[in-house]
Amino acid sequence: MVEQQTEILRPETLIEEFKKNGVTHIITIPDSETNYLYELMEKQDWLDVVPVSREGESMAVALGLNVAGKVPVVLIQNTGMMESGDSIRGMALDAGFPLLMVVGYRGWTRKGNTPDSAAVYTEPFLNAFRLNYYLLEHDADGPRITEAFNETQKTKKPVVVLIGDEYHGFNR
Amino acid sequence: MIEAKKVFEAFQEYRGTSIVSVQGTSGKHWSDFTSNKNRDISLGGAMGQSTSAIFGLALGLPDEKVVHFDTEGALLMNLGVLASVAGKQPKNFVHFLLDNGCYATTGGQPVPNSEDIDYAVMAQGSGYKATYNFDDLEELSTSLEKIMSQEGPVFVAIKIHPEVENLPIGLRERRPSRSRAQTISDLREELGIS
Repeated sequence: MVEQQTEILRPETLIEEFKKNGVTHIITIPDSETNYLYELMEKQDWLDVVPVSREGESMAVALGLNVAGKVPVVLIQNTGMMESGDSIRGMALDAGFPLLMVVGYRGWTRKGNTPDSAAVYTEPFLNAFRLNYYLLEHDADGPRITEAFNETQKTKKPVVVLIGDEYHGFNR
Repeated sequence: MIEAKKVFEAFQEYRGTSIVSVQGTSGKHWSDFTSNKNRDISLGGAMGQSTSAIFGLALGLPDEKVVHFDTEGALLMNLGVLASVAGKQPKNFVHFLLDNGCYATTGGQPVPNSEDIDYAVMAQGSGYKATYNFDDLEELSTSLEKIMSQEGPVFVAIKIHPEVENLPIGLRERRPSRSRAQTISDLREELGIS
């Protein structure tokens, strides 16, 4: 019997995908799952990390950067995404520009029901806003980030990448 | 207190080539004074978020002076932006606040603690490089040259007269005449951004 091993999603994979797609700015609020990713981003001289105070700001800052000709990515958690509904509507969807939103899927599990309401409402929220999304669970899923980027360019809309990292690979 | 249109009239003399954003009931007067509409930008669209959008623009255009005329009702909905701006210290960002003490667009109801709040102190405490408070036109006018030439982020709170609107939205005069998308397109063309 062959036991399949799937490598956990590495933060380095996200960095590589960002670089490949010409990302210039990451607008973010750190969360408990992404500390190591944050440290890695800070070390990249081609990438400017823009910390904001509340997630709703991130889409607005991204719009301003896009107007300036930059390539921003929003990196937040699902809880903050749900807090940002009006900003997603008014600053991203209505503005109609390519925006990748990388969203930590707090509470995600593939084992069955989750006790975390943050996870329960994440995909219904995305569907309500008619936002397409991709799920990243393992390192081999990394190229889906480029797929999502391509979709933002094609549709001039925000597209979401959900980080379903059950094993906390983004932490040290 | 100062009339909003007097603020814009005074500011125009020192505008230079800066990119200018206005919002709120008071912001409508800017269109009577602007000397370069292609460098006027409108990034409103979500409650309290236009300041964050202009902050993003300033980060993306570090060689351009970027000026934003905020309102206190909008700022109160997104106070964290003061810390966000201060955290990145954009040298090219000038943040005016036109404070009429009320929600003029909904009939003039007061904003919370409108009489005793000090937004410049908040900006200073957040880490803005320089902050000002004005309620006199002459003092403002004589300070604008310094404000526009100093390193940012700069915060300038100005007490203005409220211009309360009570007409239903559909019956009000619409300003600015250009859409958000049009102002973005015009600015990009002006700056040569594809």
